[in-house]
Amino acid sequence: MTQINTHTETSTTVVETPPGLLRRIIRQRQAKIGLVLTGLVVIVAVFGPLVLPWLTGYTSTEFVGRPFQPDGLFGTDNLGRDILSRFLDGGLTLLVFAALATGLGMLLGTTAGMLAAYQGGWLDSVIMRGNDVLLALPQIVFALLAITVLGPQGWVVVLVIGITHAPRIARVTRAAASAVITEDFIRASEMYAVPRWKILVKDVLPNITGPLMVELGLRMTYSIAAIASLSFLGLGMQPPTADWGLMINENRIALTLQPWGVILPVLAIAILTVGSNLITDAVARASATVEESK
Amino acid sequence: MAGLIFRRLSISAIILLVVSILVFVATLLLPGDPAQAILGQQATPERLAALREQMNLNDPFAQRYLHWLGGLFVGDFGVSTASGGSVGALLGDRIAASLVLMVAAAAISIPVGILVGTYSALRRGRAGDHAATGISLVLAALPDFVIGIVLVTLFSTTVFTVLPSVTLAPPGEQVWDYPSQLILPVLTLVLVVMPYIIRMMRTTMIEVLDSGYVEMARLKGVPERQVIWRHALPHAIAPVAQVIAIQLAWLAGGIVVVEFLFRYPGVGQALVDAVTNRDVQVVQALAMLIAAVYVVVNLLADIVGILTNPKLRTGGTR
Repeated sequence: MTQINTHTETSTTVVETPPGLLRRIIRQRQAKIGLVLTGLVVIVAVFGPLVLPWLTGYTSTEFVGRPFQPDGLFGTDNLGRDILSRFLDGGLTLLVFAALATGLGMLLGTTAGMLAAYQGGWLDSVIMRGNDVLLALPQIVFALLAITVLGPQGWVVVLVIGITHAPRIARVTRAAASAVITEDFIRASEMYAVPRWKILVKDVLPNITGPLMVELGLRMTYSIAAIASLSFLGLGMQPPTADWGLMINENRIALTLQPWGVILPVLAIAILTVGSNLITDAVARASATVEESK
Repeated sequence: MAGLIFRRLSISAIILLVVSILVFVATLLLPGDPAQAILGQQATPERLAALREQMNLNDPFAQRYLHWLGGLFVGDFGVSTASGGSVGALLGDRIAASLVLMVAAAAISIPVGILVGTYSALRRGRAGDHAATGISLVLAALPDFVIGIVLVTLFSTTVFTVLPSVTLAPPGEQVWDYPSQLILPVLTLVLVVMPYIIRMMRTTMIEVLDSGYVEMARLKGVPERQVIWRHALPHAIAPVAQVIAIQLAWLAGGIVVVEFLFRYPGVGQALVDAVTNRDVQVVQALAMLIAAVYVVVNLLADIVGILTNPKLRTGGTR
């Protein structure tokens, strides 16, 4: 009985090749919900600034009335600016900065992780001990230290969040790559004297995309949270820029009078991070099943 | 095993030393003169020179570093650039206030997290489990200040106006004299930390419940309650202990945003204020303090890991 079962199972898997990682992700209900949620916020953030002039009639920094009045659709903020305008204008920087920081972290982290796994020896020790040092400071404290020295600027925030992501990504990459580099096809490439960087990019990297995609999703969620948090502390984006984190900070004293200035950006950030977390969770499950089916 | 723990201990000490160099070097990159910053633009050159001498600013770098590092061990954190007062005096009460917050958050989130995770694992696939996993997935995604703002909106401004949204202890009195002001900050931290504990507890508990020895105990006729409390739970705790420690370490940094949100007079609030004022001495001292807590808690996590890992019981002599 069991024999027949395993036989039919193997034959079906041979006939129809197992679906790729992307299709496995999309198939999950979680991923669909996550995609819709993130898509919603991304559309608002990307197209908000474009439709701003004719939708509200105000720019995001223009003073249109008295502070905390219910003028317009969602009222005015602490300086009498239109909340809807600022909301529509305030998401794009957050998304771009989060994407840049995540990209930087992934680049640094995967490079360091793959090098450490492939080279081994002293380079491995140096990279991993360097990681330990960077990991000894909580991300937010590291960011605050950098901001004290370099000032609250956009590029500082991107750089510091990217750098603090790198060691965490490097650990995952190193663990995943260590399992790959013992494979025979790597040995074969080495014998053909393929350059080292080419082995890493063409042979190792494609085999660790699963864990790296999980890491990408995770770090993106954390980047959004970290950058929004820094803006909320008043140490990220600086006034008069319209920014969701900053809006929450500026308007929270008027939570009873004019809650929209806080509620809109809080909702947007919440939907965005929940959405990206759902996608990440789906990616993790999908890549786990890919690993099992191998 | 003792050797392994000792090795881990010395690594932590070295890491902290390197972090202290990193934190100190950061100040050298700063433009401007700390003495000028304390005394202001109108200071006479004599006073500036005197203060520089007093703050040892004329000494070579290595000597200043060693002086600063030595000071950390005896509780001398230097002089605040913004206020001119001693950093140590500024921090005393705040450290206690932050500890109250962290300990309260840990004391609630650990047992509740373990219980909810266990409950979730026991009712796998049913409504209670779906609710617990769904809520913890959402909570795990939300940034801490978003959770805090939502709590403030719900409990102190619009829906129910029952709890204070800011901490307003009069100077000279301690935060714990006003327990109602502690509820929202602690609840925020609990909600941030707990989802990870719940998820880890659920995963390991499911693994343990499917294991041979739990089945064996059930087949022997051991009552289900005893199977869970005596056989399953102790085995599931060990992997969860590491996650708990990671979350406790996270609290060291996480209090920064939460204290700022609730105007809580703790270390995190002081750090944000110091960064805003570019008060380097305070930032240095606080960064070292938080790094030390973070490293020590991580160290404890690893030691718990070493102690509870049966494979390492005979190790250490490798």
